[in-house]
Parts: sequence; C-alpha cells; structure tokens
Amino acid sequence: MQEFLQQVVNGLTVGSVYSLVALGYTMVYGILRLINFAHGEMFMVGSYLALSTVSVLGMGQVASGSLGGILLVFLISMTAVAGLGVLVERVAYRPLRRASRLAPIVSALGASIFLQNAIMLIYGTRFKVFPEKLIPQISWEVGGVKITLMRVVILVVSLLLMAALYTLVQKTQLGAAIRACALDHDTARLMGIDVDRIVSLVFIIGPALGAAAGVMVGMFYYQINFVIGWTYGIRAFTAAILGGIGNIPGAMLGGLILGVLETLGAGYISPGWKDAISFFLLILILIVRPTGILGERVAEKV
Amino acid sequence: MALLEVENLHIFYGHVHALKGITFHVNEGEMLTLLGANGAGKSTILRAVSGLLRPRQGRIVFDGKDITGLPAHQIVRLGVSHAPEGRKIFPTLTVEENLNLGAYSRWRDRTGVEESRRLVFRLFPRLAERRHQLAGTLSGGEQQMLAISRALMARPRLLLLDEPSLGLAPLLVRAIFKTIKEINAQGVTTLLVEQNARLALKLAHRGSVLETGNIVLSGTARSLLADERVRKAYLGER
Repeated sequence: MQEFLQQVVNGLTVGSVYSLVALGYTMVYGILRLINFAHGEMFMVGSYLALSTVSVLGMGQVASGSLGGILLVFLISMTAVAGLGVLVERVAYRPLRRASRLAPIVSALGASIFLQNAIMLIYGTRFKVFPEKLIPQISWEVGGVKITLMRVVILVVSLLLMAALYTLVQKTQLGAAIRACALDHDTARLMGIDVDRIVSLVFIIGPALGAAAGVMVGMFYYQINFVIGWTYGIRAFTAAILGGIGNIPGAMLGGLILGVLETLGAGYISPGWKDAISFFLLILILIVRPTGILGERVAEKV
Repeated sequence: MALLEVENLHIFYGHVHALKGITFHVNEGEMLTLLGANGAGKSTILRAVSGLLRPRQGRIVFDGKDITGLPAHQIVRLGVSHAPEGRKIFPTLTVEENLNLGAYSRWRDRTGVEESRRLVFRLFPRLAERRHQLAGTLSGGEQQMLAISRALMARPRLLLLDEPSLGLAPLLVRAIFKTIKEINAQGVTTLLVEQNARLALKLAHRGSVLETGNIVLSGTARSLLADERVRKAYLGER
C-alpha cells in the first residue's frame, strides 16, 4: 500500500508537468484546430533558458538558489518562450491560416525541427546539467510516503498556474472571448473581438506554461537534452487527447491520469514498459472514445 | 440622410460571382428589407457590410465613412451590429456571457453596458430568467432573442438582422417581429433580410428584391406589397 501511494505521488508530480504542457496543445487546437507540433520545443527551450539564466546568475555556486532567484528563472524563461511562441505563430502558422489543413501541420513539424536544431547548435548535443541544489533537498515522510520539496514545488506551481488559467478562461471577459473564438471565428469577429490578438494570446499562454514545465523538469532531473521536447511533447499530446483535445480541464485531468498510470506501470511492470503504456493508452482512447474523457459533453440545440 | 450607402458591390466566392454590382442605401432611422429566394445574395450583402467578406469591387459607406475592407471587429466599434443567419449564439457559454461578448468593444463604458443589459432584459424578459443557463440549452425562439439581444449590446446605430424568423413557430415570429419594430422605433436603423416577405414588408419602410446577385426591384414597402411580380413570386399569390 505504501509503495502504491508512493507511486501515485510520483505519478502526480510527473503528471502535473504533462498537464502544463498538454494545455498548450489543447488551447491551440481549440482555437485553430491545429496540432502545434512545435509546442514540445517550447518546453525544451524553456528548460535551456532556465539553465542559462541559472549559470548567468551564478546560482549554481550558492548552496541553494534563493526564492527570488528561482522566481526570476521562471519569469525570464516563461517570458522569452512566450515571445518565441508568438513569433512561431506569426511566421509559421498565420500565413497559412487559409491554406489546407495539411500545410500548417507540415509547417509545425518544420518549426519543431528548426528549434531542435537551433538549440543543438547553440548548446551542443550532450546532456546539459543543472546545478543540484537549486531547490533545497528537503523531504518529509507522510505515512511512509517520501515527499521531497522538489515534488511539492512542482505540484504546487503546476496547480497554481492551472488554477490561474482556469480563472482567466472561465471567469473573465477575455476568457469568454477566447472561448468564443474557439467556437466560431466569424461570429467572434462580429462581437468586436480581434481574433488575431486572441490567437496571439493563446500563443503566449501555452508556451509560457510549457516553459514553466521545462524549468521544473530541468531542476528535477538535473539533466536536459535537446530531444526532451519530443519525449515530453508526445506524452503531453497523449494527455491532451486523453482528456479531450480542445478541452482545458481535460488537458489537466489527462496529464495527471497519464502520469499516474505511467508511473504505476513502470513501478509494477517494468520501467521499460513506460512508453508502451502511454502509447497503448493513446491508441485505446482513439479507438474507444476519440473525443477523450471530457470532450464534447454539451449538446448543441439546433 | 443615408446612414448606410452601398455602391456597385461585387462579391465573389472563389469563381462564383455572388453579388453583381449591388447599389442601395438605408436612411437614418428607417427599416429596409431585402427580399429574395435562397441564394439570391441577401446574407452575402449583410456579411459584406459587417466586414466578414471583402468586396472585389464597390464601396460601403457608413455614416459618411468609407468602411470597405475594414476588419469586422473594427466595424462593430463604429456602430454596426450583425445578428447572423442561423443565430450563431455561443452554445457552451451562458446567456449572460453571450450578452457580455456583444458588448465586448464597450469595456470602458460600464454604466452604458448596464443600461443596454436592462434594455434587452426589458425587451426579452425570458433571457433575464435564463441568464445563467448555457445558451445551447435555450429553445430556438429564445436563441433568436439572444442573438438579437447580443447584437443590441453593442449599442448599434445600424442593426443587420439575417432571417430572424428562421425555424420559429408563427406565434413566436410575430412576437419577435413586434420587438424588432420596437427596436427600430427607438431609432436603431435596421437592415432586415427575411424569407417571410409579407411579414417583412408589413414592418419595413422600404424594400429591395434580389435575384441571383442583382437588385431587380426597389420601392416603399407599400408599393412592393401591391406589386404584381412581388405578389406572385414572394407572397405566394396567383
């Protein structure tokens, strides 16, 4: 039982990272019906930018990074990646808005490959290592379950960001405008909504959340590589499908479920089966319930 | 004085020449109705005026300002509201959220928006009762009320109404048309597209008849009601 609970806690940590990244996929899909294949790269670039910020600030030398320093790392990485997201949308997607559905997908793959290679050329192909003690290595035992401060940080930061996003989307006028654009661009325009600006906003929010996830994964696993955008991206994408792509609470839920299932599978079956489990799950959902867990609940009356 | 002037408007869908040089105007405060069969181009005219379609040729002037080719979200701000065909309410948003979006560009004017909300709830008390309900759960008639109300939330000077009677029971249609008349009487210039020609001509001051992208007949509502061709083609008389 203890071991099971331990796995669940570990799974929720990883899962909350998947959720953050999945939100980027699902929001872009919701508003443009486009799978932003370059989104995993936002996560990856966010992680690398955190690494650079940490070394520029000299935080590796200190026993553990100060709270202010850590916040600065998040802020810089999230802001820069948000800018990158807007740039990718302008350059790679907006000119293809009226093209066939296939064209922006190819363009997205191109943007993904471009960013991966750019990071590879800048930082090199080897693993890059984060300083170990950015987050103090404290841990607690709760009922036999070991919980480290790092895991608490990941869970709390993820949940706070998701709560903030949920409030923005569900409780504000701007959020209603985002939802309106996701339903019908033309009618949104008739309301006086500048749809292009809402699309830009989505390409700020999604990549910023992805970058936050990238920062935390770097601090958690200590080492990063230019292909993590793909490995995490494809899982987050699975999570988005699992929850129902286009559905924001679905992405949050999907990430957590995938994280827990994957960790349980790795713990009870074999770590080697981790990927097989995720993708088996993806295939299963696509066959059994293609709309995902929370996809398209509300019936439309004609 | 003309609030809206449309001159020699040409619209293409790909290679299809949908509007072939349309010219008409709507005077301040009046209601003009566009009549015609399915596919004649009535909705296309409204979509061009509200900026959803870009004309290949021609000019659209609103309140003395050339708005041809202006993006739709800017045209709303100038005072043109469009309640589109098929209502197009946002089904997964609440009635209140739909109404608030109608006032999206008026976010600086809180008291004014509150006033508009009171106005539409007075016109359609049903919406006030259902303000927290998802718009997709409303009946067809209520959805039409919402579509009109949402357009009014922008406090338009020109209201474009596309087929407000579509799919509604006759009793409901009469009620909604009565409200449309009231809105117009309060000074909102109205451009009404309607299949139900008899009802539209009873309401409107003037009318124009479209056939395959051309205006073939224009006149006062009374003269059109009396016109032999209109009676045969659109009023179902022999």
